[in-house]
Amino acid sequence: MTQLWDFSGGIHPPEHKDISTSRPIRNAGVPDYLVLPLQQHIGDPAEAIVEVGEQVLKGQKLADVKTGMGVPVHAPTSGVIESVADFPVPHPSGMADRCITLKPDGEDQWCQRNPVKDYRSLERDQVLHIIRDAGISGMGGAGFPTNIKLRPPRDRKVSTLILNGAECEPYITADDMTMREKADEVVAGLKIMAWILRPERCVIGIEDNKPEAIAALRKATEGTQTEIAVVPTKYPSGGEKQLIQILTGMEVPSGGIPADIGVMCQNIGTAVAVAQAVLEGTPLISRVVTITGEAVREPGNFEALIGTPIEHLLEQAGVNQDAVSRLVLGGPMMGYTLTTEAVPVIKTTNCVIAATAAELPAPPPEQPCIRCGQCAEACPMELLPQQLFWHAKATEFEKAEHLNLFDCIECGACSYVCPSSIPLVQYYRFAKGEIRAQQAEQLKADRARERFEARQARLEREQQEKELRRKERAKAAADAAAKKQAEAEKAADEGEAVDERAAKSALVEQALARKKAKAEASQPPAASAQPAPSAPPAEQKPDIEALEKQLSQAQSKLDTMQGMLDDAKAQQADNVEKLERAVAKNHDRVQRAEEALSEAREKLAASSAESQPTH
Amino acid sequence: MWTSVLVAVVVLLALAVVFGGLLGFAAERFKVEGNPLVDQIDALLPQTQCGQCGYPGCRPYAESIAEGGPINKCPPGGESTIKALADLLDVEPEPLDAEHGVEQVKRVAVIREDECIGCTKCIQACPVDAILGAAKHMHTVIESECTGCDLCVDPCPVDCIDMVTAEPDIRTWTWTPPKSGLIATDRQGASA
Repeated sequence: MTQLWDFSGGIHPPEHKDISTSRPIRNAGVPDYLVLPLQQHIGDPAEAIVEVGEQVLKGQKLADVKTGMGVPVHAPTSGVIESVADFPVPHPSGMADRCITLKPDGEDQWCQRNPVKDYRSLERDQVLHIIRDAGISGMGGAGFPTNIKLRPPRDRKVSTLILNGAECEPYITADDMTMREKADEVVAGLKIMAWILRPERCVIGIEDNKPEAIAALRKATEGTQTEIAVVPTKYPSGGEKQLIQILTGMEVPSGGIPADIGVMCQNIGTAVAVAQAVLEGTPLISRVVTITGEAVREPGNFEALIGTPIEHLLEQAGVNQDAVSRLVLGGPMMGYTLTTEAVPVIKTTNCVIAATAAELPAPPPEQPCIRCGQCAEACPMELLPQQLFWHAKATEFEKAEHLNLFDCIECGACSYVCPSSIPLVQYYRFAKGEIRAQQAEQLKADRARERFEARQARLEREQQEKELRRKERAKAAADAAAKKQAEAEKAADEGEAVDERAAKSALVEQALARKKAKAEASQPPAASAQPAPSAPPAEQKPDIEALEKQLSQAQSKLDTMQGMLDDAKAQQADNVEKLERAVAKNHDRVQRAEEALSEAREKLAASSAESQPTH
Repeated sequence: MWTSVLVAVVVLLALAVVFGGLLGFAAERFKVEGNPLVDQIDALLPQTQCGQCGYPGCRPYAESIAEGGPINKCPPGGESTIKALADLLDVEPEPLDAEHGVEQVKRVAVIREDECIGCTKCIQACPVDAILGAAKHMHTVIESECTGCDLCVDPCPVDCIDMVTAEPDIRTWTWTPPKSGLIATDRQGASA
């Protein structure tokens, strides 16, 4: 007999499990369409690798995660890809997310499967790869990719492997029915996982309210060392940390994972999926879902394809639409209300409760906390729910964090026992969300600071480089000037030293040249300065030359423009107008130049006429 | 008598020299670079680098706060930042100084890309290098790095930058606090 421990707190809510255990697991069949969310687990969303309109086979990979943590999504049946678009998905926000929709063709034609009968002959990594490629993520809660979970850090040896068959939450019987009907597959999956991890001990923990499942598993594990541990029924004994405490007496450290104390927990459904993936080569394309509640006529468990709309399952279970007051996904303790029936079954969907108004009435209004302390007694994590509530309500998140808010497993035991019907868990979820958002913002702010500082440093560096270059240029210029001067001086010195006579003769020549130039310059003024001091022709002569030059330039420009205009006109180009304007402008210019030239000529003629009589 | 006084004086003098040297060495050896308070204040500021406080960036504002300046000049940080600063500096929180702007929901800049002329003016204005592009080529904003500081909006000559409020999606969604409504006795009154 396995030794058992107890965890503190816990509650005993009405079970309502018998509603859905009277019928065997039924096949839900193939619905009219399937909606496959690209993100069905924590980690990164998958990316579609098929095109819209593509024909796909059953079991074909439709989407995969290329970088990051995640597992692929497969086609649950053969058919045509209808769209890759946003559809409502099972999420407490009721929001839409990216999904692939598949229209089944009714053939249900399998793709190539590669069953491995003797996995022991393979490498462990190969088997882990098969598990990843089969798209298996934890089927109990958050849906952590199983292949990553099965590869704990090297320094964390898993000595105890626990298969969690406690299923403590009311109404849900998916694991119970799976253990009853597929006990052999459960054990086969456990064996594969045990082979990968090589633990010292394998335990299947089952609550004592499931005698049939216990009997079935006892039979399936006969002759093996796997222990069947029957644990007393108490909510939330199926919580990972609680079950570990019950079976090993050890507590998972705050903020740690079970592998830190050498334990690993796997879900019953996950074990079946692993067995099917390895031994049959079947990817995770269906799961067992409990459809229960008083608003369905034939409650029970269904083997449903992933992507089956909830409404299809409700129809199969004979839902009485008028009686449904609330549709809850998951259990009554931890589940959330669905806003639409159109959401699909995903890898973590275990239960849908179609509840009547009398069954799950609207929560009574919240009353003030009377500090009774019942919540602290019920808390399985030994937290202080009351203090957490005060701090969360007052948005003093830091204080709530100090009281280990993040150790809260959101089991809802505190809310259940609260005599003031305070929705405590909702406060904790709100506080957790806010803290996470703040942390994300802090990270972003830190990155912004880094980028800002990097930019400042870069600008400063550029400024310095500019300054340096400017200085270098100035220095180079100064050097060049100094060199030139030195050369000139040197040349002058050399010239003096080489030949004094040559220098002298040069001086004489220079003097002569100056004298000549003087004489030349003074002659014409001597001729015209006396009679016409107002307009010296020496200045007018070059004026006329310049004007003539200007005129010829303008004329040639006009000619080219005219040529271009003619060409453009001939080709009917759209720049004719522009060219015409340009021609007109040039025409003006030529005219102005001509006028100026003739004016200057007249002036010159007049001045020369005036100057002639004096001679 | 005199010798004992002399001995005491000499001993005390020697002690003073030794400890003085030690303290001097420690002051040099373990010198703290900059003001650690500025870092603490800077860590609380939202790092939008928007300059709405009147300082060129968050760090200069942190320096002014460390010197005793007002703590209510940061609109992007809003009330929560003022509260955090008041906690850190042990002063009374003040309401946000409206002169520097009002608290707004978080936004990001988005360039209408077909209207962008590639002038690089916004790239030069961005304090966190969150705009990507080159001269005469279209620019785009790296959304995850944008702090929503607005500084790129004014320099744009063709007004092609919009400040867009980020809509919560399924991955950023968080639980809302429960609505604390009526108490039980009120509910009976309300339904009656």
